[in-house]
Amino acid sequence: MNGALLRVEGLGVTLSGRAVLKDVSLSFSSRHLVALVGPNGAGKTTLLRALAGLVQSTGTVEVGGDPLSSLPLRERARRFGYLPQGHVVHWPLQVRDIVTLGRYPRGATDPARLSPEDEIAVTRAMQATDITTLAARRVTELSGGERSRVALARVLAVEAPILLADEPTASLDPRFQIDVMKNLRSTADGGVLVIVVTHDLALAARFADTILVLSNGRLVAQGTPEQALSEAVMADVFKVTAYRADYQRERVIVPWTGV
Amino acid sequence: MVSQSATKPSYTITVGLVVLVVLLALVSLGTGPVRLSPVTVIDALFGGGTGAQQTIIREIRLPRAILASAIGAVLGLSGAALQGLLRNPLASPSLFGAPQSAAFGAVLMIALGWADVRSYALPVAGIAMAFVSVFVLLSIAGRNAGLLLLILAGLAISSLAGAATSLVMNLSPNPFANLEIAFWLLGSLEDRSFRHVMLALPFIAAGAILLWSQRSAFRALSLGEETAQSLGIDVTRVRLLVITGVALGVGGAVAVSGTIGFIGLVAPHLMRPVVGYDPARLLLPSALTGAALLTAADIAVRIIPSNTDIKVGVLTSIIGVPFFLYLIVRERRALAGGVA
Repeated sequence: MNGALLRVEGLGVTLSGRAVLKDVSLSFSSRHLVALVGPNGAGKTTLLRALAGLVQSTGTVEVGGDPLSSLPLRERARRFGYLPQGHVVHWPLQVRDIVTLGRYPRGATDPARLSPEDEIAVTRAMQATDITTLAARRVTELSGGERSRVALARVLAVEAPILLADEPTASLDPRFQIDVMKNLRSTADGGVLVIVVTHDLALAARFADTILVLSNGRLVAQGTPEQALSEAVMADVFKVTAYRADYQRERVIVPWTGV
Repeated sequence: MVSQSATKPSYTITVGLVVLVVLLALVSLGTGPVRLSPVTVIDALFGGGTGAQQTIIREIRLPRAILASAIGAVLGLSGAALQGLLRNPLASPSLFGAPQSAAFGAVLMIALGWADVRSYALPVAGIAMAFVSVFVLLSIAGRNAGLLLLILAGLAISSLAGAATSLVMNLSPNPFANLEIAFWLLGSLEDRSFRHVMLALPFIAAGAILLWSQRSAFRALSLGEETAQSLGIDVTRVRLLVITGVALGVGGAVAVSGTIGFIGLVAPHLMRPVVGYDPARLLLPSALTGAALLTAADIAVRIIPSNTDIKVGVLTSIIGVPFFLYLIVRERRALAGGVA
């Protein structure tokens, strides 16, 4: 793919002597929703962290033609929005202040003094995640679903060309899971490359353009949901069969029973 | 904007605290064997009053008042910075053994005969040991330091520093030097001169500037180290700068005052709800509260009637330890959960 936004070649990560990722190569352009799936311990989180430059890796990662290793920390932070698992907030901060932290890479270090541009980005991110009414609330007073939307708003406020989200739907009820995926879908449609880690194959198959399947640190399948989650992959990697159907003109792939 | 709501009260608080510190300093200048009214104090400060009054105010009490506010401020600031760095309300220099380690460094200098109590070797040795102690502690605690781990490691380090100090005194041939060290260790601001101010202030100022420069990183660290890093913050660098800042501030302070504990724990705690729990906005009010607390404590030791003078370090510990216990009870759930 020429002019790819993100190009990865021969990426490897070794953590405390163990090769967690081996020879991963991929290439994506913007306006794309990629779901990264695989069993527990396959290396999904490590791959996201390596892409964001949060962990030492071998091989090359190029963002918009620039090698990741050549970019200063601040610049990396402008190109990758990173949403980690768990949405930890250590102090009972106000929702708006948390969302504003997304503007940190753009130099907005004080939530009380934002440029008009930062104000707009923060407001937009809060509208997209429907948390405008929560702005002055403390994050500790929120429900799990609300917290996850705040976390999502924070990473949307970065307005980075690439958004990496690690299990943003974990521990959410079905409605919020769908909300989050719809949000990521429209973010991708707005011109962003979104890479999302998930264990929910049905959500991945429904919303993603491309699915990456990781197993034991290797990329074992890549393609449209139907290609990547083939009978063989489901059996070999996930040890399940899948129910497949079409519903309302969308593809449904649901893990069904263990093999 | 909505976000401004939190800024206004914190501005008011800052101004209020500055006024409080100034008032306390005036009271401090008027307190002692010769009681002087605030009017006399101000008059003497600017060259009025009798010669005796001027000497008392400008040469005896002014250095003491300056040291109390500067040391209190840097202790409050250090506590707030450490709490921001570690996202933990129980972090503070004294619980991490930093003052105790700095005291060991200083005592070693005195016992070895390399320095008298007025030489720059004292703060330098204190700063070096404070740096080592905080560095070791953070290395032991690792990246996601839980409460339990931090407190256990801090306990171990302060015990070790205490034991090392005892060993030095144990081996010291001069009993009079020992007595002097023992009293100095209790922490006091008595009989300090401008020489002491000059000794401590540059280090305290340097430490304070370092800690202050990292304030916005503390807010980002509220989301955890990894997220902070993904926002463009070099977390390793922040850590190192905070350790250095705390070491400079605490080491410089200990070198002239001995160990004064718990200001760094109490001050941020009092101010946190006031600034909306924002670890960046917490720094300045914490420093001012620290200054007010230590100045107040230093006034109290001069007012409380007793046969011999009470050391201010003893007083801050007597007040600080029950407060620490109260915090432990409040954090009980997190502590019982182990390395959270």
